[in-house]
Amino acid sequence: MAISNEQMKDMYVKMRRIRDFESTAAKLFAEGKIPGFVHLYLGEEAIAPAVCECLRDDDFITSTHRGHGHIIAKGGDLNLMMAELFGRETGYCKGKGGSMHIADRDKGILGANGIVGAGHCIACGAGLSAKIRGTDQVCVCFFGDGSTNQGTFHESLNMASIWKLPVIFVCENNHYGISMSQDRHQAIKDVADRGAAYNIPGVSVDGNDPLAVYEAAQEAVARARAGKGPTLVECKTYRQHGHFEGDPAIYKPKEEQAAWMEKDPMPRYANFLVENGVMTQEEVDAVDAQVAKEIEDAIAFADAQPIPAVETAVVDVYSDIVEEVRDR
Amino acid sequence: MKMMTYAEGIREGMSIRMREDPNVILFGEDVGKFGGCFGVSMGMIDEFGEERVRDTPISEGAIIGCAVGASATGLRPIAELMFCDFLTVGMDQLVNQAAKMRYMFGGKISLPMVVRLPAGAGTGAAAQHSQSLEAWLTHVPGLKVVYPSCAEDALGLMLTAIDDNDPVMYFENKVLLSMKSEVNSFEPIPLGKGKICREGEDLTIITYGKQVYDALEAAEKLAADGISVEVVDLRSLYPLDKELIAESVSKTHHALVVTEEVRRGGFGGEISAIIGEELFDYLDAPVVRIGALDTPVPFAPVLEQYYMPNAQDIINGAKKIL
Repeated sequence: MAISNEQMKDMYVKMRRIRDFESTAAKLFAEGKIPGFVHLYLGEEAIAPAVCECLRDDDFITSTHRGHGHIIAKGGDLNLMMAELFGRETGYCKGKGGSMHIADRDKGILGANGIVGAGHCIACGAGLSAKIRGTDQVCVCFFGDGSTNQGTFHESLNMASIWKLPVIFVCENNHYGISMSQDRHQAIKDVADRGAAYNIPGVSVDGNDPLAVYEAAQEAVARARAGKGPTLVECKTYRQHGHFEGDPAIYKPKEEQAAWMEKDPMPRYANFLVENGVMTQEEVDAVDAQVAKEIEDAIAFADAQPIPAVETAVVDVYSDIVEEVRDR
Repeated sequence: MKMMTYAEGIREGMSIRMREDPNVILFGEDVGKFGGCFGVSMGMIDEFGEERVRDTPISEGAIIGCAVGASATGLRPIAELMFCDFLTVGMDQLVNQAAKMRYMFGGKISLPMVVRLPAGAGTGAAAQHSQSLEAWLTHVPGLKVVYPSCAEDALGLMLTAIDDNDPVMYFENKVLLSMKSEVNSFEPIPLGKGKICREGEDLTIITYGKQVYDALEAAEKLAADGISVEVVDLRSLYPLDKELIAESVSKTHHALVVTEEVRRGGFGGEISAIIGEELFDYLDAPVVRIGALDTPVPFAPVLEQYYMPNAQDIINGAKKIL
């Protein structure tokens, strides 16, 4: 596998950014600073940074309700994300989307998504668009195991397969669809098996190992860019928190949680980097300190941003109709 | 001037833009080799090729979702749902995705996409292939909705729908597809602009789609009784030409709303409410709505005809008012 030390370091920076962003979001949510719901990526940090390491800035991703990790990995701005979580006027979505709907078209982020299974179809559209426009852009569709039971999963993998769309379907199998464990919600162990139904490669990797994810993603992205069609990449991981913050996750067996915490990708990857001489412990510590500062800055930024003026509620429903929708 | 069928108007509208802009594409079930279930896109695959006139699997969610993803990333897709009844299968992609993305994302993403929705009863296709579901879509902020009644409007509204930067729901009435009419203009027709199809003094009939013709027939018969009827074809349901409605109703002082949909919870109720709220002082009688029976669309021709509102129903409605 060809991966440079720089790339390995970059993946660590992004993983750390996600871990700290999410831990901070958990704390801020508990303090009542963030309205609504947040679904955190804690425990799954090895996946999006490794996948996005294989992408270009002009490639696309679709995301999920658990989207912060994907957005950070694709280059999303922490300040604008935090401001959006706080519901501020200058947040990513001007305070109209919140945690579940962050998008950044300029970075190819076609949106986190509150509907489980919706991103699959949108990713096909982005892939079709790249094909018709004659570019070699690709689209990565991130989704969980829960969404593989939606009809859209089947419709989209079939469509992407027959049209050889440049789409990489990345299943983050965290073993839960909300409260329902994978062994209760589907009769297969490896989501990757479903690739066979569409005559596309299905590979299953350790989703807590960024290098394993990178290797599989690299091959899938190369295949997509070469016009050979989609791949289903399953990354086995674990959702360390509940479905949303505030969910006590009473349905998760303690032994299972403990076993997966042993496989936490953060210390595991940091140790790997140090042991293999990719980074020194001092460099790791420096990254951690730098990221901690970024998160602090993001909170300070978000805190200083204005609450949306209520008048703005009518803006951006349409491209050209504004005041008419104010009637009630 | 050219005589064209309504179907040719739709096809010509799509083709004009596809000739000008390589980013305009058409996809849907059987729109390519088969030419569309009703022949609307017949021959387009020969002119534009199978990449741009693309047959899809029977996957309505993925069809609409593909239009969402494609329009978010640089294309101006036209997605066809063979029957608007199949909206049910693709509704999430339309209502939760297409309609809301611009807003949820703070205006950062535009979705210039058109969804073609063949609609209406009168073809013997029964309850799952004959509905008029426009009210489901006019109810959703973020969607625009048009419903042409003749070839020229079909063409002009198609051009506008493709040019628009928001998702436009384009209803096409199946019974009208083969009807010929004059096309004098090949220009876009602005959204939110209705038209007067017949001028009159005593009563305004507000309608769209196939019911325009039933309304005109009723108006002709009422004229024999000395009742002068004005017929307004809305053409665009959202944005809605409230000014035209106001202009006409303030002149005639009587309003009859005619739609093919079932009346319960329908778009006719919305128009009626607008007139009640905004034009009450001009009214000499309550607004009356005429629509289909409050039932699923029945199969047997005699039942189906009974289900649909016709000119006599409209005359009866007019007589309730006057």
